[in-house]
Amino acid sequence: MSSSTPTQSLVQPVGSARVWGTALVVVGVLLLLTYLVAFDQGAISRSGMYLHELMHDGRHLLGVPCH
Amino acid sequence: MPLTTPHSPPTFATVLLRGLLAGLVAGLLAGAFGYLVGEPRIEAAIAIEESATHTGPVADDHHADDLVGRGGQRAGLFLATGLFGTAMGGLLATAYVLLRRRLRSTDDGRSVLLLAGGTLVGAVLVPFGKYPANPPAVGDPDTIDQRTVAYLALVVLGLVAVWAGTLGYRSVRADAPVWQRFGAGVGGFLLVAVVGYVVLPSFQEVPDDFPATLLWNFRLASLGTQVVLWTAIGLLFSALMSRGGGRPRSERHAGDRPGEPAIGQGTPAHP
Repeated sequence: MSSSTPTQSLVQPVGSARVWGTALVVVGVLLLLTYLVAFDQGAISRSGMYLHELMHDGRHLLGVPCH
Repeated sequence: MPLTTPHSPPTFATVLLRGLLAGLVAGLLAGAFGYLVGEPRIEAAIAIEESATHTGPVADDHHADDLVGRGGQRAGLFLATGLFGTAMGGLLATAYVLLRRRLRSTDDGRSVLLLAGGTLVGAVLVPFGKYPANPPAVGDPDTIDQRTVAYLALVVLGLVAVWAGTLGYRSVRADAPVWQRFGAGVGGFLLVAVVGYVVLPSFQEVPDDFPATLLWNFRLASLGTQVVLWTAIGLLFSALMSRGGGRPRSERHAGDRPGEPAIGQGTPAHP
C-alpha cells in the first residue's frame, strides 16, 4: 500500500514542459559560469587574461587543465 | 495517514536556491582548505617556475605580465572556489529535480547524498586518476586545448561509468546476496571507466627535474579541495532538503527518533 510509505518526497514530480524549459536555461547559465571560472582564457569574458589570472590558484587546486 | 502533505512541496526554484546556497558555502570551505593546504605548494611551484625562467632559455610569458599580483591570486582562490561551488550546487540541484523519480528513494536527504557521492566519484576521482592536477610550472601551453577536451570527456565518461554501475547494481535481483549486487555494480562502473582510460590520450608534461614530493603534495591538496567541496555540498544540500521542507513530524515512522536521519526507510513500500 502506497499510503503506508513512511516518508514523502519533498519534490513534486517533474514532467511539465515548463520545468524542463527552466532547467535548460538554469543549466546553460551555470555551465557558462563554470566555463568562466575554470576554462576561459579570455575568449568569452572579453577581459583579456584578467579573470583567468585572478582565479588562477583556484583552477590549479580544482584540478582543471591550466596552461 | 494522508497521502498528501498539508504543506505544498517545494518548487524547482526552492530546490535550486538550496543547491546554490549549499554550493556557495561548500565552495568557500573548499577554498579555505585550498588556502591552508594548497597555497604553500603553489608558492613553491611558482618559485621553481621563476628561477627556471630567469636562468634558462624557457620563455614562459604566462606569469610574466603580472596582470594580477600573488595577493590578488590568493584572494581569487576563494572567488574561484565560491563561484565554482555555487555552479556545481545549482547543477546538482537541477539534476536532482530531473532525476528525482529515477533514484528510487522517497527520502530526499538520502537521495541527494547519493547523487553528490556519485558525482564525486564520476566527475572528480575518475578524471583525477588519468589527468591529475598539475601545479604552476607544469604543463605545455601548446596542448591546453587537447588536454581540456580530454579532461572534459573523462568527466562525462566518469559520470556515465557511475550510471553504468547503478544499472549493474540494479540488474541483479534485490533478494540476491549483497556481494552479487555490488559486484555487478563495480563491474558496470569499471567497464566504462577502463574504456575511457584506454581510449583517451595520455599527457606526460611534468619536467624531469620537478620535485616529486612537491608534485605529490600538490596533487593531494588538489584532490582534497575537490573532496571537501563535494562532501560539503552533499551534506549541506542534504541537510537543507531534509529540514524545512514541511514534512510534519507526525508523518514520520513511529520508531523514527527525532533528529535521526531516516536512512534505511527510503525504500518505497510498493506491493
